[in-house]
Amino acid sequence: MKKLLITSIISLCLIILLVPSLVFSATFIQVKGSDTEVNLVQRLAEVFMKKNANYSIAVTGGGSGTGIAAIINKTTDLCNASRPMKDAEIAQAKANKVNPVGVIFAVDGLSLTINPKNTVKALTIDQIGQIFRGELTNWKQAGGPDIPITLYGRQPNSGTFVFFREVVVRGDYSNKMNQMNGNAQILEAVKKDAGGIGYVGIGYVVDDTGKVVSGIQVCDVAKDSRSKPFSPLKIENILNGAYPLTRPLYQYLDANNRVKVEAFVKFELSPEGLAIIQKEGFYPLTDQWKKHNAQLNF
Amino acid sequence: MPNSISKGPSLSIPNRIRRWRQFQDRFIHRFFQINGMLSILILLGIFLLLLFDGFPAVKNLGLSSFFSVIWNPTSYVKETYGLGAMIISTLMVTFGAMLLAVPIGLGCAAYLAEVAPSWVREILKPVIEILAGIPSVVLGFLGIVVVGPAIARIFHLPNGLNAVNGSLLLAVMSLPTIISISEDAISSVPRSYKEASLALGATRWQTLIKVVVPSALSGIIASIMLGMGRAIGETMTVLMATGNALKMPYHFFDAVRTMTATIAIELGEVPFGSDHYHGLFVVGFILFVMTFIVNLVADIVLAKYQEVER
Repeated sequence: MKKLLITSIISLCLIILLVPSLVFSATFIQVKGSDTEVNLVQRLAEVFMKKNANYSIAVTGGGSGTGIAAIINKTTDLCNASRPMKDAEIAQAKANKVNPVGVIFAVDGLSLTINPKNTVKALTIDQIGQIFRGELTNWKQAGGPDIPITLYGRQPNSGTFVFFREVVVRGDYSNKMNQMNGNAQILEAVKKDAGGIGYVGIGYVVDDTGKVVSGIQVCDVAKDSRSKPFSPLKIENILNGAYPLTRPLYQYLDANNRVKVEAFVKFELSPEGLAIIQKEGFYPLTDQWKKHNAQLNF
Repeated sequence: MPNSISKGPSLSIPNRIRRWRQFQDRFIHRFFQINGMLSILILLGIFLLLLFDGFPAVKNLGLSSFFSVIWNPTSYVKETYGLGAMIISTLMVTFGAMLLAVPIGLGCAAYLAEVAPSWVREILKPVIEILAGIPSVVLGFLGIVVVGPAIARIFHLPNGLNAVNGSLLLAVMSLPTIISISEDAISSVPRSYKEASLALGATRWQTLIKVVVPSALSGIIASIMLGMGRAIGETMTVLMATGNALKMPYHFFDAVRTMTATIAIELGEVPFGSDHYHGLFVVGFILFVMTFIVNLVADIVLAKYQEVER
């Protein structure tokens, strides 16, 4: 009786373990990285999976840094990154027999969000740098109301944190900057803070219909004090490069592992993928980025 | 055959079975011994891992670099590895939590043990245990959407991401530990103490404050220490609710970045084997030592209290 029970339990366990692998011989793709891209790629994956039942795609965030670490350590198939990999990271990957290839699949207009109570409408890159370095501490120093500035940024594992620091801050972030856990948290904080300013991907500031989500406003940005400020909300400002914080969004794959992920990446670059990308608020590639992909045979 | 019956049933068991039973006995004895030892081995293993993985950072950067204030190993200008702001942040959030949780926890424990009618106790005790089971992410989320905005409104601050927010949430997390252990301590005060006090004419309040609580004091202190141990090590809640600014906090309404949050934020992406990587193990080591001391004190106090009981 007892033996029978044990035998049946063991065989049951074996069935549970083995059957799924026999029945669902699906291609399982793990996607990890950028918090800016996570919702977008999740959406792309959902549509792709609906059309290709034999694919199973899991998309998680954690930040570009986390994703890049994962592709170096071979714990993910695709890595979402809102910044290019650094030379040191590429060398590390090569040492680990990973050959990272960065496809650009969408374009972001990194947006500076402020509270609607703030009267500031436009800032120059220089001013934004001063604000995030902690040199300007009150909005009246930037032509706004007399409210102290609260900074909301991301954590060092974020690609946006690194991109923004290299392009805008060009120094260390103020030690007073709150390091938030993701784009959505920055938005929530700015909504509630009259003096708040934070940077988020464009996909987070617009809803499905392309309107700015309620409770925040998006600042126009000028290259310098002599140029005109441009809004990231207008597609032409992104496509002709007038908006200074236009940046490509990458997806890194291991060239040795290309077969597995190729179909999904090609779908993202297809017109159907582009429609989803634009619906999520991000922008299409310009010729410059298309050429970059063509060199990688994508 | 009748002889064997007179010698007792033990002889009727064949040797083979007896040896098998002895073997089973010994095997089970060893099995539980190994289980008991395992936790010590794991603890020792963690200690050594932290020590050996932290050491390269101390060797390369020098011990003095950890004594500065700001922790910014990914700096654009100059990497700094100061633990100062982080340790102060951790202590602030922890002691803030204790400041809130100790009076409430002790009040609740005293009520449960001495005042509450049994039907209230039967409802309250499981509810408190459920409180202990709330995942820390859920509390962190509450910190962002409920507690933070409330703090900002009440104290007229631009935002509620600060040490007070973290302290409030950690207080909620450490309450169940404090309540259940100090309630046990108060309940186990011998009945004769109370009877003697009441017989001498003391009121119930006087008895509780001057007799029962002092006799249960070591148990109560142990409960506080264990609650504190939980608060120091908590990660997700403080990571979400306290703003994580790098600067040295000067008061409770400043954003803080605790040691646990720093490790959680940075370990996922740090290049393996770099100074930054080993530096995080130094942070982990200090944190381990801090929680170890707190738990050790709790254990010593608790042991003393059990001696008194005997």
